[in-house]
Amino acid sequence: MTILFTDARLIDPETLTETRGNLVVADDGSIAGPWSGAKPPKGATVIDCGGKCLAPGIVDWGVKIGEPGERHRESFGSAGAAAAAGGVTTIIARPDTLPAIDTPETLEFVTRRAAGASPVRIRHMAALTKGRDGHEMTEIGFLLDVGAVAFTDVFAVCADSKTLSRAMTYARSLGALIVGHPQDPGLSAGAATTSGKFASLRGLPAVSPMAERMGLERDLALVEMTGARYHADQITTARALPALRRAREAGLDVTAGTSIHHLTLNEFDVGDYRTFFKLTPPLRSEDDRQAVIAALAEGLIDVIASFHTPADEESKRLPFEEAAAGAVALETFLPAAMRLHHGGHLSLPQLFRAMARNPARRLGLPQGCLSPGAPADLVLFDPDAPFLMDRFRLRSKSKNTPFDGARMEGRVLGTWVGGAQVFQAEE
Amino acid sequence: MAFRARHLLGIEPLQPLEITTVLDLAERYVELNRRTVKQSDALAGMTQINMFFEASTRTQSSFEIAGKRLGADVMNMSVAQSSVKKGETLIDTALTLNAMHPDLLVVRHPSSGAVNLLAQKVDCAVLNAGDGRHEHPTQALLDALTIRRAKGRIQRLTIAICGDIAHSRVARSNLILLGKMENRLRLIGPPTLMPAGVADLGAEVYDDMREGLKGADVVMMLRLQKERMDGGFVPSMREYYHRFGLDAEKLSHAAPDAIVMHPGPMNRGVEIDGDLADDINRSVIQDQVEMGVAVRMACMDLLARNLRRERGRKIAETLV
Repeated sequence: MTILFTDARLIDPETLTETRGNLVVADDGSIAGPWSGAKPPKGATVIDCGGKCLAPGIVDWGVKIGEPGERHRESFGSAGAAAAAGGVTTIIARPDTLPAIDTPETLEFVTRRAAGASPVRIRHMAALTKGRDGHEMTEIGFLLDVGAVAFTDVFAVCADSKTLSRAMTYARSLGALIVGHPQDPGLSAGAATTSGKFASLRGLPAVSPMAERMGLERDLALVEMTGARYHADQITTARALPALRRAREAGLDVTAGTSIHHLTLNEFDVGDYRTFFKLTPPLRSEDDRQAVIAALAEGLIDVIASFHTPADEESKRLPFEEAAAGAVALETFLPAAMRLHHGGHLSLPQLFRAMARNPARRLGLPQGCLSPGAPADLVLFDPDAPFLMDRFRLRSKSKNTPFDGARMEGRVLGTWVGGAQVFQAEE
Repeated sequence: MAFRARHLLGIEPLQPLEITTVLDLAERYVELNRRTVKQSDALAGMTQINMFFEASTRTQSSFEIAGKRLGADVMNMSVAQSSVKKGETLIDTALTLNAMHPDLLVVRHPSSGAVNLLAQKVDCAVLNAGDGRHEHPTQALLDALTIRRAKGRIQRLTIAICGDIAHSRVARSNLILLGKMENRLRLIGPPTLMPAGVADLGAEVYDDMREGLKGADVVMMLRLQKERMDGGFVPSMREYYHRFGLDAEKLSHAAPDAIVMHPGPMNRGVEIDGDLADDINRSVIQDQVEMGVAVRMACMDLLARNLRRERGRKIAETLV
């Protein structure tokens, strides 16, 4: 079915431009291009965008879904519904499941389950080492064959540099992308917050921000040694940035991401031991937050992801040290990102470059742009619509959002995947 | 009345006037406690539950005596015999106890913030008897009372806190209280036991005992736990005692009338010289124990008054 979007504010992350215009989606579910005809194409459905923003759907790199093993926290169905409502059209799922996605059989199983259950696209990363325990590499070749887009042990840092260097060397021969979590495992062991005045006053175990730089420096040295393709999942501190810059300037095949929470919240938000603000890595100082925003604006950091991590009430209603880390974010990702837009830090095209185009491009996916021929994965949203966040209205099975009760702006009006509408906002 | 708090979770939320209100009332309980008949009816008919998730003899018995002297029915629940061992969560334990309608809940827990979490779930007044490395408010209040009685004031003093600052809730509560009362604070200890960012909290940080003690009016020693002494944080017990243990020589750098304090239990020969601890001219360690009972009585009395007022208001609202 051909669709004509009229009077849209088109957000193009490729050209970094915003234009007022029309967009046609061909009946094969791909973007056909702009339309300047006086009448709509024959048989086309016309959608009047009323001057609202039309952008490529978000490609959210690093979403935890509880399948297999923890379906009570999140299923492919609930994650997919949450994603559609949040303007996320491609979920890049994490392998830190129970058991880990570390064999081609498990990957095939989850791929099949996801295909039937989710209205949005779901692609999987696979574990880098068996059981994510940092000892033996997984069957990287077979896993690539069944569709793994990248390899990562998620937050379980491979402490043994020899194992990691071998996995990187092997991965390079297959062109596989490795995603690292830059963190020195020794220094950060047991930490619940970032060290500093606030952590000291609250009496919480803390990690120096230096642990991130140490982890990153180690990984980058191994990249230099092995020639692997590498992506750092979350850069959240100012101190890690010079290392990243050096690696880029040296021409290493390195990209980096950060999380929407670290861009919009800081360590003080934990306040009176609020466990919904306990994240991995922990929230940072305001100086770090500002430095990371600047690095993103400059293009040193490529990707913003939500790191959606569903946690049930039982695992959060505990003393801070013992509580689970992580926050759900599929539905709050876009409104949280609007804070960066309204704060004047990043333009809408810059945001969608980091939330859609860059992750898609790095993962070798055709999504993330408005160019003719690209899949028509689109989000229509009003960047200014205000609302009061109520966590019990989230579609995720888990309700652990740090934005509960927050005033937010940015509302998704409609979401399309391959030209088919998967979400329509209620009036 | 200057004390408005619903719970006593820490020193941080208290105003200086609230602190002096507690101290003034505690003075009256010091008098009461020195009589032969030490009875008051401030908590008559009320139920106090002492819930200790972490072993404690001194604090628990201090709270127990305080409650009994005020006429409360006191129950002790220690974790060794409780359902917490059977996997019950903190919240469930709290809700179970809450259903028994206690009026005062005295809680100690090994995790920072655990007492705050618990206070959100119960209807009674909650007293923090120490949570992780966070706060131990009654200890800071009893230290303040001890200092005020020994020095005649609790302002404009130079106070040195020495030892394992990083793992000490006593140090945090004292730092906050003494800071609020406008004293000059010094923290002395090996850098491995100094928490990050303390310099921003308005204290001067020293890693040399003699320099840090120079001219101090009050010397507060902290307990160093044995498991931190075997190379993890400091190389050995003897090196620690040599550099940071308080003895007569190191104390001679402090003001001539400086008092020596310790929250107990002491490790004689580790952080403090045994003879010095027993020196009645310098050490106020026994006074601290005495003030502990009085301060806890004052805190519970004040919280009970607020609780009664709140409940009275609720009843009045239903009548209107």
